[in-house]
Amino acid sequence: MSVISDAEPPDQKRRGVPPRALVLGIISFAAGIGLWWLATVSGLSVLPNPLAVAIRFGELLANGQLLSDAGASLARVLTGFVIGTAVAIPVGFLMGWYKTARSLIDPWIQFFRVVPPLAIIPLAIVTLGIDEKPKIFVIFLAAFLSSVVATYQGVISVDKTYINAARVLGASDRTIFAKVVIPASTPFILVGFRIGLGSAWATVVAAELIAAQSGLGFRMQQAQLYYDLPTIFVSLITIGILGLIMDRVVVWSDTRLTGWQERM
Amino acid sequence: MDTQDPKIRFDNVTKVFGEGVDAFTALRNLNLDIADGEIVTVVGPSGCGKSTAMNIVAGLQDVTSGQCLVNGTEVHGPGPDRGVIFQQYALFPWLTVRKNVEFGLKLQGLGKDERRKRAEHYIALVGLSDFADTLPKNLSGGMKQRCAIARAYAVNPSVLLMDEPFGALDALTRVRLQDQLLDTWSRDKRTIMFITHDVDEAVYLAHRVIVLAARPGRLQEIIEVDLPFPRNEDIRLSSEFTKIRNRVWHAVYTRSDKETA
Ligand SMILES: Nc1ncnc2c1ncn2[C@@H]1O[C@H](COP(=O)(O)OP(=O)(O)O)[C@@H](O)[C@H]1O
Ligand SMILES: [Mg+2]
Repeated sequence: MSVISDAEPPDQKRRGVPPRALVLGIISFAAGIGLWWLATVSGLSVLPNPLAVAIRFGELLANGQLLSDAGASLARVLTGFVIGTAVAIPVGFLMGWYKTARSLIDPWIQFFRVVPPLAIIPLAIVTLGIDEKPKIFVIFLAAFLSSVVATYQGVISVDKTYINAARVLGASDRTIFAKVVIPASTPFILVGFRIGLGSAWATVVAAELIAAQSGLGFRMQQAQLYYDLPTIFVSLITIGILGLIMDRVVVWSDTRLTGWQERM
Repeated sequence: MDTQDPKIRFDNVTKVFGEGVDAFTALRNLNLDIADGEIVTVVGPSGCGKSTAMNIVAGLQDVTSGQCLVNGTEVHGPGPDRGVIFQQYALFPWLTVRKNVEFGLKLQGLGKDERRKRAEHYIALVGLSDFADTLPKNLSGGMKQRCAIARAYAVNPSVLLMDEPFGALDALTRVRLQDQLLDTWSRDKRTIMFITHDVDEAVYLAHRVIVLAARPGRLQEIIEVDLPFPRNEDIRLSSEFTKIRNRVWHAVYTRSDKETA
């Protein structure tokens, strides 16, 4: 960019992780594993040591079980999440745009928001059977509820001056919706996605602990029966890593899609 | 249209917000004609209905009673014949300077090439050519407002409505933009209704300064600015300027002090 001549300098803050924080993060992580190691070799703890966990990790990876478990959990989360957000976005826009729709739908959302998705599982199993449907349904619910609220919040908090600016340039309601309301509420929707994906992931693992024949949660539940601590560790670590990756994907698309925002 | 007809006419305009006990009269019986090609500035204490009056001309707010006419026809909703420039710039932050300026052109159904050409012309006019592909967040306040001016000009409105457009800018940038505005006006002679709380700015830009009083918002006084165009620093420092400025100052502040005291 060329030199800026105006009196006020434009905002040129750079975003991203400063190297120092990254280094400290790595040190902290390594120290944690070191402590874990010390605790186990010194006999202070009954936990499996890091090496045993790493070996089990290799075994489960080699025999394909880890991948099929992770695949089963991921498939449930993504199916539920995609359907949940695909329904949430139009419903959220409807609620934000039309007061009547808001008054009709909001009480239901407020009610279901205070019911933990897992509490729906018994009902879902009785009514939807024991196959994939009840699990996907509760994940759908978790993703839907957080995304619908975020979308609707996004629509109602669109700055009125943007709407007026579009109107005086000759924009119809439809154009305002497509060209102003949707882009202006995208940051809110992505926050909803992030929360929704997090709660969908938490829900799937818990749902698999209760009722499933596959998935990371199911595997932990099985390992618990056989007192197989290394497998429980491998599953936990995989859950953490996959959750982290999904979160990063949303954050990454957020910076791509809403990089126009002025950030403090 | 007869050239004697006003470009903008407030015909006994009253605007009441709310109802019953909450009813608040923002404007009462405003009568005002603004001629074609005239620059009128509006000053008055905060809350006296300046923005309300402008929003009525813009079609963003309805009148409660009376009529607002533009080109002899009653205003019903906004239209591209009236360009509006807001104090908060109101640029779409997700669009680059170029896309912001093209926004209104797209709505008029202009083709891609024509759009680009027109946008480039107006971006150059406000001196932002080097920043055409920059997002608003990377522009200074003055540059944002210049972009907003280019966006309003691009759809070629015959009336410009400006609500404290330079209010948030530093003094130097403000003076520069005032001169640019007058320079552009000297070529296109658009009708301008310009709201400001800066008495110097009001006098420097205007043919006439409209002073409003508050509670309820109403016309207080109209002060003719009998200074020649083009305006420049000599005029700003002249004793005639000071005299008019003092009159406006007196009309705005002395009266409103008496009211609130
Ligand atoms: N939408 C609204 N609802 C209720 N009151 C309003 C509304 N808009 C403006 N007002 C009131 O009308 C009065 C005039 O407002 P405004 O035209 O914005 O004043 P100014 O621009 O001169 O400061 C103010 O007292 C304001 O509180
Ligand atoms: Mg105002």
